[in-house]
Amino acid sequence: MTSVAAGQAGAQPDQIQILFHEIDRPGLASLDVYRDLGGYAMLKRALTEMTPEAVLAELQASGVRGRGGAGFAMGKKASFLPKGDMDKYLVCNADESEPGTFKDRELMQKTPHTLIEGLAISAYAVGANRAYIYIRGEYALQADVLEDALIEAKAAGYVGERIFGSDFSLELWVHRGAGAYICGEETALLDSLEGKRGNPRLKPPFPAINGLYGGPTLINNVETLMNAPHILKMGGAEFAKIGTETSTGTKVVSVSGCVRRPGNYEVVLGTPSRHIIEGLAGGAPEGRSIKAWFPGGSSAPVLPGTDEMLDLPYDFDSLAKAGSMLGSGAIIVIDDSIPIVDVALKTAKFYRHESCGKCTPCREGTNWTVKMLERVETGEATPMDLDIMASVCEQMMGNCLCVLADAMAMPIGSMIKHFREEFEAHIEAARERNGLGIAMPDTVNRGAHAGPEDLLGEPAYAGAAEAH
Amino acid sequence: MATVRRFEHGSRVPGWDEAADLTKDPAVVPDPASTPVPEDLRYEIEAYVARYPDVRSASIPALFAVQRWHGWCSPTAIEQAACVMRLTPAYLTSVATFYDMLETEPKGEHDVYVCTNISCSLRGGDQVYEAMLSAGGDDPSFNIRSFECLGACDIAPMASVNGIYVGPLDEDDCRTIVEDLKAGRTPLDAKQIRHRPQATSLTAEGPPAVDRVDVASGPSASGNDTFGNKDM
Repeated sequence: MTSVAAGQAGAQPDQIQILFHEIDRPGLASLDVYRDLGGYAMLKRALTEMTPEAVLAELQASGVRGRGGAGFAMGKKASFLPKGDMDKYLVCNADESEPGTFKDRELMQKTPHTLIEGLAISAYAVGANRAYIYIRGEYALQADVLEDALIEAKAAGYVGERIFGSDFSLELWVHRGAGAYICGEETALLDSLEGKRGNPRLKPPFPAINGLYGGPTLINNVETLMNAPHILKMGGAEFAKIGTETSTGTKVVSVSGCVRRPGNYEVVLGTPSRHIIEGLAGGAPEGRSIKAWFPGGSSAPVLPGTDEMLDLPYDFDSLAKAGSMLGSGAIIVIDDSIPIVDVALKTAKFYRHESCGKCTPCREGTNWTVKMLERVETGEATPMDLDIMASVCEQMMGNCLCVLADAMAMPIGSMIKHFREEFEAHIEAARERNGLGIAMPDTVNRGAHAGPEDLLGEPAYAGAAEAH
Repeated sequence: MATVRRFEHGSRVPGWDEAADLTKDPAVVPDPASTPVPEDLRYEIEAYVARYPDVRSASIPALFAVQRWHGWCSPTAIEQAACVMRLTPAYLTSVATFYDMLETEPKGEHDVYVCTNISCSLRGGDQVYEAMLSAGGDDPSFNIRSFECLGACDIAPMASVNGIYVGPLDEDDCRTIVEDLKAGRTPLDAKQIRHRPQATSLTAEGPPAVDRVDVASGPSASGNDTFGNKDM
């Protein structure tokens, strides 16, 4: 299964394949082939030779961080679950809806048993006896594959009562969602799994204390859980040697948009971003250059396609330092033929559609941002709209139950920050097409307090109009 | 994305200016004696309910089941699910209206979701949506919708046809999909996602001609243009 041979340590970074090792082997989705490759050996070892505490210690030692978006250390999250005999739950978040992300789709479709094994190991570590895989409803093929694999695993005794003769029992089901981006947010996912509308809950209490049906719940992304068997096989400390100090292991990166070879690539964390975009994915199409890129799904702030940014190591901390985030590990590349205003509008419309409407800043903020961007598009805007938009984005951040508002505010805010000149040129050009005349960019207040407040205050604009 | 539908009085909420009828009895859990539910459907919903500690958790699977049975989440369909699950129809309606894939209005039998989110639209997803509409938009048996990211940006621009992912699509493919569905064939077999190997085995010119990997069993497609990583 795993083959990070010692000899490979000095090899090219992208040659270490953990999750993608043998991924295209015919029949890997079936139990027989998976077992031939050493599958379920780690589950057996965990259940028969290790205590839950020892498994948890290995997960913690590996330093593996959540692959779903937030990047929280998995072992640490698992250790927050209280000890005791209460009903505990493990939920696998397979509601992969972040635009640009499709890693879990390929992993679940091709090697579903790795997920089941990882789930069982993690459930043992935290003492959960019920687990659910919440998969998005659109992934019909992957859900079917998972359900078939689950039937095989149950028949073989890897899931069910007293697995491998131990005291550990696990009940596992695949739960299909029905099309809602918000259900990828952990507390909204729990509400959805409880059969309610998918609205996020107030945190704290965090799901580790009060989650599914009020019980302690561990929620992890597909890719995170799939790492568990490999961590046990290698040993947590050995796993932690891959990648950088704070971003251990490999990451399956989904590269899409304006590149020649879009697809999933497994890289060691810390690999230069340029190597992923230009080396593996082939870079921008012939004759074009990279204008901007989302490093971690459409919720991550965009970075300009400058040399400095493209040379960033692709890991959690380097991207955070550069003002963006690794997120779900989805790189969307935008080339210089694409107007940034179109990208902003598309992104904002997505979040307006997917906002659940529970918190006002998000429900109203996404809506008005779209309206302002539509005005920019049609030529009814002035550069002041950009200031208002930036201030709306600023006020959406951190003021809601979940981070969907931030997920719109961050990319839109960063696009305005990095490409303000293009927005302004777009506004002027569109106004000219509409015969509206220029928008007096020189007289517009672009200070931190721009917006309605200044309009009510000093009559800055009256004087400005005379000067023209 | 969709234009907001408004009622005659200008509001998006029907009957906002009409007082509630307080003389009416409150909606209750449907009575099994007066709510006929097909046997198979009842068994299916009961099997879902058995998977969870709480009956409500089976809401989404149950609504999918009645949607498959009735074609959409009609009031009758929701009443039947509510009857088996011992919940009020209003509760299940609140769930059904939240999710994109549960339809509370009559729809065509073939669901065609064209992804028009950012990664697909960077590669022409919007044009594919237009082409799909002009190919099958007039046929009432098609439910063609523009959809948010379906999680298959590697085959962008793509669509989900009755749950089967196909891509990368061009305008001719849209016509083929419509013809395939009308003829009862599996849509655009050569471009289905189950045939796609891992990206590193692909080159800019397309996939290698040999060593085809068929992830799920099924007829293997031929030709070098199958995955068509279009050299843009």
